[in-house]
Amino acid sequence: MRTLTYGQAISEATVQCMAADDSIFVAGEGVDDIKGTFGTTKEAYARFGAGRVIDVPNSENAMAGFAIGAAAAGLRPLLVHTRADFMFLALDPLVNLAAKWRYMYGGDKGGVPVVTRGVVGRGWGQGATHSQSPHATFAHYAGLHVAAPASPADAKGLLVRALTGETPVVLVENRNLYPLTGEVPEEATPIDFGVGRIARRGDDVTVVATSLMVHEAERAAEQLAGRGISVEVVDVRTLRPLDDRIICESVARTGRLVVADTSWARYGFSAEVAAVVAEHIPQALTAPVRRLTLPDSPAPVSWPLEEAFHPGAAGVVEACLRLCGQAPGDLPALADVAAGFQGPY
Amino acid sequence: MTSGPARLLRDMVRIRVVEETLADHYRDEQEMRTPTHFSIGQEATAVGVCAATRPGDWVYTAHRSHAPYLAKGGDLTAMVAELYGRQSGCAHGRGGSIHLVDRTAGFAGSAAILGEMIPVAVGTAWAFARRGGTRVAVTFFGDGATEEGVFAESLNLAAVRRAPVVFVCENNLYSISSPLAARQPAGPTIRDRAEAAGVTAVQVDGNDVFAVHDAALTALRHCRDGGGPYLLELATYRWREHVGPGHDHGHGQGYRPVEETEAWIARCPIARAADALRDRDPGIDRTVADWREQCREEIRDAVAHVRQQPFPDVEALLDGAYQPVPR
Repeated sequence: MRTLTYGQAISEATVQCMAADDSIFVAGEGVDDIKGTFGTTKEAYARFGAGRVIDVPNSENAMAGFAIGAAAAGLRPLLVHTRADFMFLALDPLVNLAAKWRYMYGGDKGGVPVVTRGVVGRGWGQGATHSQSPHATFAHYAGLHVAAPASPADAKGLLVRALTGETPVVLVENRNLYPLTGEVPEEATPIDFGVGRIARRGDDVTVVATSLMVHEAERAAEQLAGRGISVEVVDVRTLRPLDDRIICESVARTGRLVVADTSWARYGFSAEVAAVVAEHIPQALTAPVRRLTLPDSPAPVSWPLEEAFHPGAAGVVEACLRLCGQAPGDLPALADVAAGFQGPY
Repeated sequence: MTSGPARLLRDMVRIRVVEETLADHYRDEQEMRTPTHFSIGQEATAVGVCAATRPGDWVYTAHRSHAPYLAKGGDLTAMVAELYGRQSGCAHGRGGSIHLVDRTAGFAGSAAILGEMIPVAVGTAWAFARRGGTRVAVTFFGDGATEEGVFAESLNLAAVRRAPVVFVCENNLYSISSPLAARQPAGPTIRDRAEAAGVTAVQVDGNDVFAVHDAALTALRHCRDGGGPYLLELATYRWREHVGPGHDHGHGQGYRPVEETEAWIARCPIARAADALRDRDPGIDRTVADWREQCREEIRDAVAHVRQQPFPDVEALLDGAYQPVPR
C-alpha cells in the first residue's frame, strides 16, 4: 500500500468526500491561505475554490452557530481551527446546541452533523493558550463524537466517517503528527467511531493512549522490550464513543495499566480509562493504575520548562518500569516525537 | 377565510387567548413543568413578521417561543403537549417550552441561551442562498441578546456573506428584571449597531401589527432580491413576568414602574389593530369576541386532549441522543 503523511491523509479525505458530496464545505480562519492549515486544506481550496473552502471572520462562536444552521438546512460543514484553544469560544453552540439538537427536538428530526477539526499540541513556546488539547472537554457531552487519530490511515478513515455520518464530531489533530507517514488506503473508506486498535501486542503492561501519545508509547515499548518488558499499546482512536472492551480485554491479560495523554489528569481521558477498568474489571489489576499526563499547571513557554512539561516516551518507560517493579536505571534518554521540530513556531 | 389585516388581528387574538389560558393552567395545575416565557402583550411582533413569511422560509427564536411558533403555523396541540411533557409533544417531551420545533410549518427551532439562534439563522440563510432560490431565514431575539458577542459576530458574518436573513429584535426594554438603560448606553440603538455592521436596519413600533407586517415584507423582499441581511428593531413590552404565568409589576415587587406597564398595556397591539379596522369594519368588536370564544374552545379542547395523552416511556430516556445504529 502507498504511504502518505498524516496531513496528506486528512487532505485526501477532505477532497474525496467533497468530490463525492457537494453539500460539504470547509470553513475556518485562513483555510485558504498559502499554508492551508498545515497543508490539510490546500488541495481542497485549489480544487473547489472559495465557494466551498471559505475564509471566515474571526468569530468562532458565530461560525459554529452558522455551521449548525447550515447543517440544519442540509449542508455538511467542516470547521477548522488552526489552534484548538480557540474552540473554547465555540463551546456554547457545540455543547449547548449541536450536541443536543437531535435529542431536544425530539430525536426524530435529524441532527446537525457539524464536523470540527481542532489542531492541538506543542510547537515552540506556544504556551498556555496555544497548545492545549480539549478532547476531554468535548468528550464529556452526550450527543457529540470525539476522535483523536494517531495514524495517517485513522486520520483519513475517521474524517471520512465524520463527513458521512449524522453526528456532530470533534476531531483533534496533534500538529506533531502531520509529517508522520503511514500506509493509507486510496479509497475513502470510513472507520467507525468506538473501535480501538491494538497498536502493539504485549503481555506485561497495557498502555492506553490517544493521538500523539500512541507513538510515544510505541517508542517506549520498543525500549522496554530490551529490558524484557512486553508492552501492549492500545490506541482508542475515539474518546466518545470509547471502546471499553478493547481496553478491558487488554488489561485483563496484562494486569497493569498506564494511561498516557497530552492533557491533564483530573476529570480527563486518563481518569475515564481508569474508571472504565475500575468499573468493569477491578479484580484484574495487579498494581495501581498510573497516569502519564500534563503536570497540573498551564503550559509554560521557556524552553527547559516546556521540555519538562510535556509527557513523552521517556515518561511512559518510567511508568511501565515502576509498575513492573523495576528501577528506571540507566536507559538511554528517549527524545519526544516532537523533538525533531525545527520551528519557527 | 380571513385574510389581510383581519387575519393579522385574528392571529394575535388566537395567540393571546392561547397564552392566557395556558398561563392559568400553568399556575393552577402545576402540571406544565417547563420554564415558560409568555409573549402576552408582544403578539404583534410575531404575527406581523411571520405572516409576511412564505411557507419555505424558516423561523428560529429564543426562549419566548410560543407566539412565533403559532404565528408561523406551528401545530397548537403538539405545542401544548410539549408543555405538558407528553410523548405527542412537538419535541416528544424532550425539549419543553424553550425548545419548540415544527419543521412542517417552517418553525426550525427555538433555544434558550441568549443569542444562540442568531448565527444559526445566518447559516441556514447562507445554505438557502447557496442552493439558489429565494428562501429566507428569520431569527427572533430580545434586546438582551444584542449584548452577547455572538450578535455582533453574526451581524458581521451575515453582512460579509450577504446572507438572506432577517434579524428580528423584540426590544421589550428588560432582560429579566434589568432595564435597558443599565445594560446599553444611551445613544446608539440596536438598529444603529446593525447599520454600523453593514446590515440594513429599521426601528418599528412593535405594537402596531400593520407597521410590523409592512416592514417585514420590505425586509423579506430585500433578502429575496439578494440585498443581504436586514434587521427589524421592534419596540414592544411584555405584560407578564420574564418567566412564568404571573404579573410582576406593582404591589411593591416591581422592577418596572406601574405607570410604565399600564401605559404599555394601554397600547395593546390587539386593541390598536381593532381600532384601526373599526372604520372599515364597524362590527370588528363582535368579530373579535367571536374569535376569542372560538380560540378559547380550541385551546380548551387541546388541553383536555393532551392531558389524556401518555408521557414518554422511561425506557426511551436515551433515545435520540445519537442517531440509532442500524442492527
